[in-house]
Amino acid sequence: MHSTATALTLRPGAINGDSMFHRLSFASAVLIFLVLIGIILSLIDGGWLALAKFGPGFIFSNTWDPVGGEFGAAAAIYGTMVSSLIAIVIAIPVGLGTAIFLAELAPEWISKPVGMAIELLAAVPSIIYGMWGLFVFAPWFSEGFQFWALENLVNIPLIGPWFDGPPIGIGLLTAGIILSFMILPIITALTRDALKTVPNVVREAAYGIGATPYEVITRVLLPTIKNAAVGAGILGLGRALGETMAVAFVIGGANRIETSLFMPASSISSTIAQQFNEATNELHIASLISLGLVLFILTFVVMGAARILLRKR
Amino acid sequence: MSLRKLKNRAFIGFCILSALFGLVVLSSVLYSLVGKGIAGMGLPVFTELTPGPGSHGGLKNAIVGSLMLTTLGIVIATPLGILAGTWLSESNQSSKAAEMLRFLNGMLMSAPSILIGLFVYKIVVVTTGSFSGWAGATALAILALPIIVSTTEEMLRLVPTTLKEAGSGLGAPRWQVITKLCYRAAGPGIITGVLLAMARITGETAPLLFTALNSNYMTTDMSQPMANLPVTIYQYAMSPYESWNELAWAGALLITTFILIINILATVLPRWLKARKAAK
Repeated sequence: MHSTATALTLRPGAINGDSMFHRLSFASAVLIFLVLIGIILSLIDGGWLALAKFGPGFIFSNTWDPVGGEFGAAAAIYGTMVSSLIAIVIAIPVGLGTAIFLAELAPEWISKPVGMAIELLAAVPSIIYGMWGLFVFAPWFSEGFQFWALENLVNIPLIGPWFDGPPIGIGLLTAGIILSFMILPIITALTRDALKTVPNVVREAAYGIGATPYEVITRVLLPTIKNAAVGAGILGLGRALGETMAVAFVIGGANRIETSLFMPASSISSTIAQQFNEATNELHIASLISLGLVLFILTFVVMGAARILLRKR
Repeated sequence: MSLRKLKNRAFIGFCILSALFGLVVLSSVLYSLVGKGIAGMGLPVFTELTPGPGSHGGLKNAIVGSLMLTTLGIVIATPLGILAGTWLSESNQSSKAAEMLRFLNGMLMSAPSILIGLFVYKIVVVTTGSFSGWAGATALAILALPIIVSTTEEMLRLVPTTLKEAGSGLGAPRWQVITKLCYRAAGPGIITGVLLAMARITGETAPLLFTALNSNYMTTDMSQPMANLPVTIYQYAMSPYESWNELAWAGALLITTFILIINILATVLPRWLKARKAAK
């Protein structure tokens, strides 16, 4: 841009328009940078009171007591991480399966409308998932899965305690499942697009030596798109970490760390959404903003990793 | 049947089930939206104000507020986004500054929307001393901005170099080549980006919670707390009152329908524009 601008100085009268346009567009581009820096600075500034008072202990402490003025982020961080992990544990295999179905197995007249429907899932706003999760999914989940799990899964060693809790429909597991529905479209779309970039000769060569679709896909295609698939998974994880409204509806809002996934819990974003407008003392507000800072760092690291992986394809 | 074939069958079965899984979720969401939404729908939804606890009313102020906030958000974000996208597409592809801004734009796009809300709370609400429509629109604009930036850049990069060279060859200054040639060629794609950004911010709730807040009054004064659909839906859905729950579902149906229409427009409109251009 600079070089062309100087070349054009040969034309009198055109200089002003060009340099003005260049400055305007450059200023707009810099605005992105400023907004991002502004977000970081305002989170640090707003949370300073809590960060200075509690120090690094803020991250490790499990107390959240607005009345007593003691705040620690551990339970919210735990809820955010566990619900997001549940989400990708479900969404990665299902998303991969769907992508393989759409790109490799289904004929065009099926894959096109089905692909569009899956993309439609991404257009549904978060708050709708929250309502649906609370009013439709939670009652069904309570009757259809939790009661059954209480009878059949609780005695399994190791994973049994996860399912030992009140079958009330909402809680950490429900939040994770709802999140998985929300990140399914992005994982599906990214891996499907990656599969489509694999040249056909690769498939033909593999089928030519007598491999079954299963073998072609798992031993040839998936290794080829490995980076993109991992990137898609991490991107999904990043989305899940910051998701607010859907989680606020179904996670239950209890500030505890429990082994049982049926128990109500809280996440960083849902805690901010539920308490910010009710917080009256400054330390409470500062603690909520510090929570926001923790969330920002978490998503920044995860999303940065995803972007680097996806670029290296 | 050999083990290989068995594995193959199981694998294909899993893939089909996965695809069905998404379809079942989507149908269930749409089914409950339409079912419960229509139950609460009716003329009063559009003509009456949001009611007090437990009583009946409509969503008129929330609908008007949402339309204003979304429109203003897009009006702020579109010129800035297009200009920034232009700068990125015009800059040297391997330039460090452009590379960095592209990365930061991606990070802004994936920043949790509730943090945008906190940011705007700090810089607008705390500074001006009150929750306001302006604050809400600013938050929505920040959400829309990175989407518009990245689609504009992508679309401008698709404009053939020969077109730009032809323009420059005629003696047009660079900025006219961009505004009169490139924007026209890339126009339909950029419009898609703007519409998608609009669809995205229409349903956003978290960034409005501490910026526009909500209100039970009909107001078009942007310096006041402003009623809006997403926050109203949140409050009404979480409440124990049946009449509020019904209104929340009606609002949810409205907002989802609106978003779907914009999404369809985003795919149809550019095609129509291109066809019209070709016919000329």
